Formats: sequence, C-alpha cells, structure tokens
Amino acid sequence: MTLLGVKNLTLNIGPHPILHDVDLTVEAGKITAITGESGSGKSMTALAIMGLLPKGANTTGTITFEGGDLLQTSEPDLCDIRGNDIGMVFQEPMTALNPVHTIGSQVAETIRIHTKASKTDAMAQAATMLKRVGLDVPPDRYPHELSGGQRQRVVIAMAIALRPKLLIADEPTTALDVTTQARILTLLQSLVNEFQMGLILITHDLAVVADVADTITVMKKGRVVESGPATRVLTQTQHPYTKALLAASSHQPATREPYASQTPATPGLVVQNVTRTYPLPRQTILGRRAHFRALDNVSLTIAPGERVGLVGESGCGKSTLTRAILGLEDVQAGTITLDGDPVFTGNRPNLTVRRKMQVVFQDPYGSFNPRHRVGRLVSEPWHLLETKPPNGPDLIAQALTDVGLTPSDADKYIHEFSGGQRQRIAIARALITQPDLIIFDEAVSALDVSVRAQILDLIADLGTKRRLAYLFISHDLHVVRAVTDRVLVMQKGRIVEDGPTAQVYDTPQHPYTKELLAAAPHLPDFAEV
Amino acid sequence: MKLSFYIGAALTALFLALAALSFVWTPYDIQSLDIPNKLQRPNATYLLGTDQFGRDILSMIMMGARTSIAVALLAVGIGIAAGVPLGLLAAARRGTWLDEVIMRGNDLVFAFPSLVIAILITAVYGASATNAIIAIGIFNIPVFARLSRGAALPLWERDFILAARVAGKGPARISAEHILPNITNLMIVQGTIQFSLGILAEAALSYIGLGAQPPTASWGRMLADAQTLTAIAPHTALIPGCTIIAMVLGLNLLGDGLRDWLDPRLRVDRT
Amino acid sequence: MIRYTAGRLASLILSLIAASIVIFAVIEVIPGDPASFMLGVNAREDTLAALRDQMGLNDPLPVRYLNWVTGLLTGDLGTSWTYKTPVADLVADRIWVSLPLAIYALTLSTLIAFPAGIIAASRRGGPADVTIMGATQLGVAIPNFWFAMILVLIFAINLRWFSAGGFPGWEDPALALKSLTLPAIALALPQAAILARVMRSSLLDMLGEDFIRTARAKGLSRRQALWRHAVRNALIPVLTIIGLQFSFLLAGGIIIEQVFFLPGLGRLIFQSISARDLIVVESVVMLLVFTVIVVNFAVDLAYAAVDPRLRRRA
Repeated sequence: MTLLGVKNLTLNIGPHPILHDVDLTVEAGKITAITGESGSGKSMTALAIMGLLPKGANTTGTITFEGGDLLQTSEPDLCDIRGNDIGMVFQEPMTALNPVHTIGSQVAETIRIHTKASKTDAMAQAATMLKRVGLDVPPDRYPHELSGGQRQRVVIAMAIALRPKLLIADEPTTALDVTTQARILTLLQSLVNEFQMGLILITHDLAVVADVADTITVMKKGRVVESGPATRVLTQTQHPYTKALLAASSHQPATREPYASQTPATPGLVVQNVTRTYPLPRQTILGRRAHFRALDNVSLTIAPGERVGLVGESGCGKSTLTRAILGLEDVQAGTITLDGDPVFTGNRPNLTVRRKMQVVFQDPYGSFNPRHRVGRLVSEPWHLLETKPPNGPDLIAQALTDVGLTPSDADKYIHEFSGGQRQRIAIARALITQPDLIIFDEAVSALDVSVRAQILDLIADLGTKRRLAYLFISHDLHVVRAVTDRVLVMQKGRIVEDGPTAQVYDTPQHPYTKELLAAAPHLPDFAEV
Repeated sequence: MKLSFYIGAALTALFLALAALSFVWTPYDIQSLDIPNKLQRPNATYLLGTDQFGRDILSMIMMGARTSIAVALLAVGIGIAAGVPLGLLAAARRGTWLDEVIMRGNDLVFAFPSLVIAILITAVYGASATNAIIAIGIFNIPVFARLSRGAALPLWERDFILAARVAGKGPARISAEHILPNITNLMIVQGTIQFSLGILAEAALSYIGLGAQPPTASWGRMLADAQTLTAIAPHTALIPGCTIIAMVLGLNLLGDGLRDWLDPRLRVDRT
Repeated sequence: MIRYTAGRLASLILSLIAASIVIFAVIEVIPGDPASFMLGVNAREDTLAALRDQMGLNDPLPVRYLNWVTGLLTGDLGTSWTYKTPVADLVADRIWVSLPLAIYALTLSTLIAFPAGIIAASRRGGPADVTIMGATQLGVAIPNFWFAMILVLIFAINLRWFSAGGFPGWEDPALALKSLTLPAIALALPQAAILARVMRSSLLDMLGEDFIRTARAKGLSRRQALWRHAVRNALIPVLTIIGLQFSFLLAGGIIIEQVFFLPGLGRLIFQSISARDLIVVESVVMLLVFTVIVVNFAVDLAYAAVDPRLRRRA
C-alpha cells in the first residue's frame, strides 16, 4: 500500500535551486533508502516532507500522505501530523536532545502534545517505549549521562512513541560505531515489521543501504538519478553515477608490493607495555580518585616500510595512542621508541626522532590554519630541521606534485580547496620531511566515497615509491583492509588481535574482532559487475 | 556592509576628528571666563551655547572628547596588553594550576567594579585622569583575558594545532603563530565595545569627581556642573549628554558592523 | 549537588579572603602610614598617636589584618574617625537605601528585558525585532546618571509627579518605594537594554540548536518549541549577565544616589573620601565586594538548578 507519494518536488531556497522534480514512493512496512553524496539533496527531501524547510524555501509539486497534500497543509495541521503520523530521527544524537530535560519527559512530550494523556500516563508510556527501543537506563536520566547509541535510542523512542505511519531517519547511524550501528539498524527493522511503518532511511553509506533497504532512490545534485527495488538497483545498475558510487564504495586499491629493498638494520617503531591513565573526577569530596585506562599494557611494532592498520571504535584509545606515539604526551608505564630513541623527551622534543614521524588527521577542515598560505602550511614541519632547506620552494612544489596538486597551489589559501584536496595537502605536509613513519588518523573517514577512493589510491601508491611505514587508524574495517599488510584490533585500551590483514579478516580469533566483522555493513560482491 | 556600520564609522571619525582638531584650534579659549555671556542658548556666536561661567560649550565638548578618548583608549590598551597574554597563557597551560590561578584572579577582579577600584585608588592617591585610566584599565584586563582564553581553548583542540606540535613547535610559538592571528578579529570587536564602555565609565567617574580634575575639560564634569541648572538652562545638560550617547552609539554600531564583517563563523568556508 | 555546592562555597571563601587582602593592602599598606595620611601634614603628635592606637598601627601587619578580618566577621567594622561612631552603625543606616535600590533596579531590568528579548528573538527580522533592537542600541549608549538628570527634569521639575530627591525613610514603605522609583528606572533601563540583547542572542543561539528541530519534529509549534525548549536553555548565559549586573547596579547606585541626594552608601563613601576617613572607605568597599561575591555564588547555584549537567548524580 502506498503510504507517501512525492511527485515532481522542486525546491528553491531563495535564488538557489536545491531539488528538481524529485519523485519518491514509500510503502507501509517497507524500508525506502535515499542515498547519495553530500549536497545531493537527501536531507532537504526529508525536511520538505516534514514541512520543516528553512525560511525562504519555495516548493512546487505534491507530497501525498493519507490522501492530503503535505505541501498544501496549514502549519497547525502539520504540527498535528508531525510526531503523530510522521516521526523523524536525526543524525547527531549528541545534540538532538535538550540537555536540561530528562529523557523520559522528552519522550513523554510527544505523547502529551498529541493525546490527552495525563502527565503520569505519558511518563509511564514513555518508560515502556524506552524499554521497547532497548534502552536499559531509567527515564529520569539526563541526555549527558548517556552514550551516543543510547541517545539515538531515546530519539527513536521519541519519534515512534505514537506509532507513526511513517518514520524518516536521516543518517541515523552515521555518528555511531559499527557495532552500535548494527544494533540500531536491527531495531529500526524490527520496528518497521512490528508497527507496519514505512521507513525512509537516508544514508550516504551504500553498504547500509544494501543491508536493509527494500527500495533504493539514488540522488545527485538535487535530482533522482535512479530508483527501484534494492536488488535491481544493486545488481542491474543502470545509471553511470550509481555504478560509480558502487565502484567507489567497494573500491580496493590494487595490492601493491611495498617498496622493495634490503631489510634495513633499524628496528622501526617499538611500543612496549604502554599504559596511559587519566584521572576521573572524584565521586565524593575526599574519596579516592578513580582512573580511566585509555591504554592498557599496549605493545606493538611497526618495522620500516611496514603498512599496519589499527581498528577500533570510538573511545578505544586510538587517539591516545596516536598522541603517545607522536611524542606529544607522556605515558605512565612502558616505552615507545623509534629506531631505538624514545619519542617522548619532556618539554624539549627530540628533533631527530620527531623528524622521522608525521601525521594526517581526519578533519580536512580543521587541519590547517586558515590564515596561512598552502606553501607555509605544507612546510611547517621544517621547524624540525636545524636549518630550512635552501631549495624550499622546489621541495614544496615537489611535495604538492607528489600528491596530485600543482606547484601554483602553494600561493593559495586553504579555503580555496575541497575536502579531498585538503587531505592531499595534509599528506604533502606529512611527506615534506621525508619521514619513515606516517600515522593516518581516520584520514579518509570524513570524505565522500568517490573522494575517499582516490585518497586511498594515493596512500597505497606512496608505499611503493619510497620506503614508508604507516599506521592507518580507522573505525572502518573496509578501508583498513584495502591498504595494510597487518592489522591490529583495539578494544577498551587493549590490543586484542594482531595478525596479517587477510588472516584477521578471514579467520578472526578474538570474539570482539568477530563482532566487529559481523556488524560491519556488507556491500555484496555483485557490485563489481 | 550595512548602513548602521557607516553611521557608526562616521560618528566615531567625527569625534576623533574633533579631538584631534582641539589640539590646534577651538572656537573659544575654555580657560577664560566670560560671565556676562553665561548660560546662552545655542546661537550664531556660540553654536552650542555657553555654560554658567560663559565658556563656549562646543569648545569644551572638543576638549572633553580628547579626555574621553584618551582615557578610554589607554584603558583598552591596558586591558589588551595585560589581558590577551594572560588569556593565551592560561589557554596554553589549560587545566594546570597556572590556568586556575589566572582564572581565579580574573574572577577576583570582576568582583571589583571599576567604580570601586576608582574609589580605592582615589581614597589613597586622590582623583585624576590617570587614576581613571588605571581603574577602567584594570577592569578591562579580565574581560580580555577571559575572552582570549575562551577563544583560544577550542583552537587548541583543532588538528592544525596538533600538526604544529607534531612539527615540534612549543606552546609560546604556537600561541603567537597560530592562536593569536585567529583571535585578533575577536579582540578588535571587543576592543571597540570596551572603548565605548570606557567612554561611559570615564563620564561617570568624572561626574562624581573621581576622574579628570579641573582645568581639564571632561564631558562627565560638564554634566555635574549642569545638574543644578537643568531647569533654567537645559542645554547645558542635554548637549554633553547627547554627545556621550552619540559617541557610544557610534562605537557600538561600528563594533557590530566589524563583528558581522570579521566574524569567521558568518563567512562561508567552503568551495 | 552537594559536591557542586561545596566546591562553589570553597571558591566563595577563597575569593573573600583574596579580596580582603587586596583591599587591606591598598588602604593600609601601600600609603605607608595611613594615620598620618588621614590627618594630613599639620596633624598634632598626640592626635596622630591616638589614631595610630585606635587603628592598631603599632601591631605587625599580619596581626592588623587578622584583627580587621576578625572584626568584619563579628560585625565590628571599626569606628569612623570623622563621625566618631561605629562604621557598622553608619553602614546599617545607609544600606537600607542602597540595597533596596539595587534590587528594585534589577527587578525592573529583568521584567523589561525578558519579554523584550523573547519577543525580538521570536520575531527575528520583523518590525518588532527591529524596533526593540534599535531601542536597546540607544539604551546601552545612555549614561545612567544623565538619564537620571533628564528624568528629574521631566517628572520631578516639570510634571511634579515625583520629588526631585531625598529619602523619607521606610516608615511609610509606599512613600519610600516612590522616592526610589525614578532612581531605579534610571539604573534599570540601560541595564535592561544590555540584558534584552543578551537574552535575544542567547535565544537565537538556542533556536539554531538541533534539539529545537527535534522538538519541531515531535509536533511542537514554533512558539511551543521556543517556550519549552529554548527559554530555559537560554537562561544559562543570561544568568551570568544578571550576576554581573548586580555589581554594576550596586556600584551604579552609588552614582545615582548623587543625582537624587539619597542617603545611601554612595554618599557615605564620598564624604569619607573627602574627609580621608580610610576606616570607613575600607569597610564599605569590603562590604560592596562581599555582596558581589555572594551574588555570584548565588548565580552559580542557580546555574545548577537550570543545567543538570552541573549536578552530579550521587
């Protein structure tokens, strides 16, 4: 049964065209996925259905729901529909809840607005609904006391409290870890079955789409480029853009032999029995301070030229380990050495060691001082040298060329570059001192799939042209597999598994690794056709 | 750029020009008394009238602009010179005892409104424009210290700072190279706001006799002199009052305009 | 909550100690010999000796400080040299003018600013917003003492609705309040302008938050989302400003008292300054600073009431 029909939806915000002739149908009890890269108009389509478009928005076309056209419905009537007949879940669970109200009262609010339930009744229903979405904390808790996954459950409980006919979930799992993502997706699927709801699932992640969707709509720059039953779209892909997306999502840089040479005499990076704890706030005024173990007896080695991956979910200690290896923070126990020299030397960094290491961060927008030109940004690590190289401009030009940019880019400011270009600049900065080891800290996680594929190729290439070891840190098992020889799995500050990449993926030993692999959404192989 | 910004800039420029002009020329000499011509309403000879001693009010406004601007500007200078380095230091050493001491010190100064500081100083050293500068300046220090620390803290969490640390740069160098240039706009905007507050504070201090002393002209003391005359010669109170309002309003409009223009949050940072 | 309160209380006590040391140092240490400063160059030897003795200047500094603080704690603020009466009595008479004036003004300022800020924020860009913002732009530029003079000119001299100054005492509370009304308005309006601007921008920040969108998705109307979800959250920065404003109002009151000839702490302090009566100045300044610190403590507690993130679950 058709629940919602979007026909010829065109949207302008002010003078800017956002959507063109978008068509979409949603069936009760089915999951309709809308997918596409950032800027494709996925979220705006959802907001148009909700009637929550920003000021200055102009729409034409029809959105038929329950026999009426939502675009022609008055605001008070829309208020009655929102939360009652159509619920919505947003991407960012950390900010989607009001911090000053308890989670129970926020769920109860949905019930109280639309029904005549008394406060006590509404709270009781809210508590039931929180249990239904699998939340095991009492309803009198405040949002800041909950984890991201728990908060997303509260948001879902709020959206489905009145069993709406349609639920719109806008990137509901993007901000969550893979294991949490799997549980939330399972929850959404079971709710769809139980309530016979229609679900619009908006996500950029094709693997998620392939896992759960009944029908798929692919969008690009405000237009629908392809839509149809999931299996057809995935197996008999018609539109070149969808094909490109699928190819990029399952992209594996061709396996390349690392830069071959005689085995060097140096031992590389050696992390031995490292423990790092942070004090937690005292629970009582005079009570003993508890400590949080961010790193718990961690040992690992990276030989010269070796490509190592590190996988773990948020809070597992990845960032702490990065900082410790880079010599930015001391550790309480254990040693970290690079070619035999300790990386942390108090307030005065040991330049000889630091020179051999560089880092590329996740956020292409936060990694650069917006007030400096690219040439200066790229050459910042020369601070580690005793004297600046005399042929500086040539080296900068070379580094930019190496990462696929042009020498003239050195005179531009960072805001003139796209996210993918910025990551190239970040890699150029990391290469400028010819380091032996680069740490890629979630370096491709913030990028769209097609850009991500290019950056992965670039990283894979680097290791073939010179002897370069790297530690590739990611929460995404898929990308780690593509670019590493060996992989480490980290959980709660411990390394729980360490082995050759193929072996870990094919025959995982530790239960946590198995759980991670099972939870990761899977894009079927037929996509390669 | 909005109209209000241009109005603000024009008003500010007008008063700066009047103050500058007063160094070389004023319509009349404000030191000489001219009792026969006292309390004249604004007319062709005395554009803004005269006060109870027959002094030309326009000339006094010009001389007073000099005092107001000098006091407020120097007080902002003290605030920036001491406050910004303190704030940067606290941010660079965030979470340590030094940060705590600086922030507690700021809280402590906030407990002393600039008027109370002026009272303390005056009680011991007597009243003067210098004391007004010190009193307002001391109050400005925690304003800039808090603001610069607050703006620097999120910057310290940014990856480009981490990249600079990986490049072996120390906290002092990072503060100077990466933090300071990124908070300068904010300091300029706050500087205009503290400038306008300084004009108001200077007027209040000289009104109650804790600021500039005779024969230095000041807007606040013109109002104090006019207080008993409002019924018979309202212009003696209205003109200096409206002057203060125009100057403060001008600075605030300028500050708002600068904020809209300089605030990076309002600019699009995408390609 | 207990943990939080204890922490703020400790900070309150530390602030008070630090403030008292600063005041003591400025008044009693920096001038060298406060007694000869107070009496001037032509003082007679025996008068000087008597004052020295009264101020305990012959004791070492730490002892003098401790004596002063002990006095403050027991309500003994010393004896005024010019009035020859205990400072505590002088202050007690006058604080019943200054404190009610500050509270009156704060109440007015809040009552004006909250609705103005909320209306402006909820009709952002509309005529009501533009009018209110224009008025506040003017309001923040007006010196309160000049505004007071204009109020006297209009309402006391021309219209004769209020007396131009003086204070009849609290025997007739209505009359007392009436005589504080013009001063309170003069103090409150410029502060209300600032507060309304803070309220508006804080509300606008909140209205841009994700949780407002969540609330709208639940079916709340724009107005309901504003009242149920934005106003309370917006109070957090507004409370900071209210706390700061109290100290401005208390200090500003000192100036306004001059305009209206009110027998408050301001008059006392200026008379003491011209009479070089450091004993009175020291204690009154300490009292003002004490009040500011205590009010900030109260604001900190109010934060915790508004923001559950500050309360820790026991």
